[in-house]
Amino acid sequence: MGIVTPDLGLIFWTSIVFICLLFILTKFVWKPVLGAVNKREQNITEALELAEKTKKEMIALQASNENLLKEARAERDNILKDAKEISVRLVEDAKNAAKVEAEKVMTSARETINSEKASAIAELKNQVAVLSIEIAEKVVRGELSSDSKQKDLAEKLAGDINLN
Amino acid sequence: MNLRNVVKSIVLTCLTVLTFNSTFANKEEKKEKFNVGEMIMHHIGDAHEWQIMGGHENSVSIYLPVILMDGGLKIFNSKSLYHGKVMPAIDEAGKEIHYIADETNGYAMFHEKIYKLNANGELDFHHGHPTNAKPLDLSITKNTMSLLIGATLLILVMLTVAKYYKKNGSVAPKGLAKFIEPLIVFVRDEVALANIGEHKYKRFTPFLLTIFFFILINNILGLIPVFPGGANLTGNIAVTLVLAVASLFATVFSGNKNYWKHIFATPGVPVPLLIIMIPIEIVGIFTKPFALMVRLFANMTAGHIIILALISIIFINENWTWGFLSVPMALFISVLEILVAFLQAYLFAMLTSLFISAAVEEHHH
Repeated sequence: MGIVTPDLGLIFWTSIVFICLLFILTKFVWKPVLGAVNKREQNITEALELAEKTKKEMIALQASNENLLKEARAERDNILKDAKEISVRLVEDAKNAAKVEAEKVMTSARETINSEKASAIAELKNQVAVLSIEIAEKVVRGELSSDSKQKDLAEKLAGDINLN
Repeated sequence: MNLRNVVKSIVLTCLTVLTFNSTFANKEEKKEKFNVGEMIMHHIGDAHEWQIMGGHENSVSIYLPVILMDGGLKIFNSKSLYHGKVMPAIDEAGKEIHYIADETNGYAMFHEKIYKLNANGELDFHHGHPTNAKPLDLSITKNTMSLLIGATLLILVMLTVAKYYKKNGSVAPKGLAKFIEPLIVFVRDEVALANIGEHKYKRFTPFLLTIFFFILINNILGLIPVFPGGANLTGNIAVTLVLAVASLFATVFSGNKNYWKHIFATPGVPVPLLIIMIPIEIVGIFTKPFALMVRLFANMTAGHIIILALISIIFINENWTWGFLSVPMALFISVLEILVAFLQAYLFAMLTSLFISAAVEEHHH
């Protein structure tokens, strides 16, 4: 049974070669290669984790952006509302002020008109008085141009006085 | 002629002398009956030469160095053993058999085993087996040569892979590294990590990787039918024995308190029963690697035998048309053997890591 009897020479050589292989391959191949493969796997894991983290951050950022936008929109609405109110009030105020001013102007105008009217009436009265005196003078002159007429008048006046 | 050319011509001459030492002299037509069993046993066994083509006396072979420990180191070329004096002897059944005596060195070879010649320059046979002294044979045999080729190839391939990572850093692999890396990662994850667990697997991964790739490359080399391959290395019991012993050492020397406690004082077993249990457990330490040894040896040898037997159909029938049957069948088995080459490498590493995991397992009852 030749093939099941281990041959000492081959045992010797196989042992030597196997031990050499074990040392050489472990030192120069398995350790560096497994190191590189492990490092790569770690890199991939880290990259995946980072991507996941970034994704979460992005979502959070998006949410905060939305909030910010919402706030901004509310603020804008508020500002607009305020502006509208202010403008309405301003117009109102301006209107009131204008009304008051107009009233004032009217009042003063009325007063001026009245005073002008009074002075004009007074003037007219004076004029009329002067004219009346002149007319009366002329009439009197005419009445008293003859003695008879003077006498008649005196009589008439005397009669009026009597009557009274 | 410069130095380079001189070296080149010397190397070429050596190769030519080594390779084409064929003797075409022995041309007498003695039609021997084709013996399948003998041919197969010859091919799956070890030899001191590496036949590249041809057979028997007309072969083109590489004669490998013979190294003997016999009162000092003796080194000579195996050609003198293959082309020595053919001597007759009588086997168990009383039939005449032959062995080759190398009288210059004082040794003879019978069935690839080297014996020391007696004072008369002969071997003494008893029941068909030589009774002469067998010097310790540390020759570079066909299997040793194949072992060295496989180891060199493995180192070259793996250093190329390692260089890739050194040069490119931890990036996605390309080229050879792309092919080897999945295997390395597979052994790390599916063999080491899956069995031993994440706390201790790192210590054993290099060992398991070496076992896996050593078996794999030699299995595949054994399937290549032409020169650098074809040796039935992983189907040799000596090689599987060394691997099994490595597995045994890895298990025993990494064994923790729990492991030994389970062997010598199995928890929950009454003391009187321990008398029976302890020997069983001790035998159990050795049966596991023994099974590993036999499994790899038997699987690889069987694969070689099947392919050789299928090809032999042509030669048994002495008709080349049988090739239409035997070649497709041999091809099918060869493809199957490629699967087996991976499977056996995986199984050996897998079971070794399983034994290691049992030895380093922490107490948890």
